[in-house]
Amino acid sequence: MVTLKYFASLKSIAGKEQERLDLGNETTVQKLSETLAKTAPQIGEMIQGKKIIVSVNQDVATLDTVIHDGDEVAFLPPFSGGSQ
Amino acid sequence: MSTVMESKVRIQREDFSVTDEIEAIKKSSANIGGIVVFLGTGRELSKGENITKLNFEHYPKMAEKKLEELRVKAIDDYKIIDMSIIHRIGEIDIGENIVLIVAAGEHRKEAFAACEWAIAELKRTTPIWKRETTSKGEVWVQDTP
Repeated sequence: MVTLKYFASLKSIAGKEQERLDLGNETTVQKLSETLAKTAPQIGEMIQGKKIIVSVNQDVATLDTVIHDGDEVAFLPPFSGGSQ
Repeated sequence: MSTVMESKVRIQREDFSVTDEIEAIKKSSANIGGIVVFLGTGRELSKGENITKLNFEHYPKMAEKKLEELRVKAIDDYKIIDMSIIHRIGEIDIGENIVLIVAAGEHRKEAFAACEWAIAELKRTTPIWKRETTSKGEVWVQDTP
């Protein structure tokens, strides 16, 4: 099982903060985005269009990054910490 | 009154004391000759709208990791002696402290440069998000000017 986490504005778009998906032993961010596009088209589109950052086990990932069973994948909208 | 913790990188709900943090970094080395501080605070006006409340959320573990990477890089690249970075999360009122960066160097020049780089890099690379509440409702801020 892979844990998916949604942050900030993505929580309301996904309608959840977290979910667990069985993606087999090994997949990629690209394949995960295709899977998500079926149930959450907006999220899938944002990953493909690089509108959001995807991290795997707290490291910034690319579409080619491999996801293993037990990994934590997070979807991160543009950051806005600090102050202006 | 907040207490100064051992860690040089912290994400916390409670407020911090700028004075305490400066005193703490002074203990890093007797060679410190210049300390530059950036303090970010909650501003009332944003894009013409009056903000009543701010709320910060972070990705635990990843945000701390990014801040530590940033601190190490600042020390290495700018040849400063030490740096501490503190960011608050949760609900923050107008005028309250949000973020503190303390850069300590032998001389002021590298401390100024490191501090300016660090706040820009924090905004670019650290998974922290701001939600503003105005009379029109709540909105997640997604641009980092």
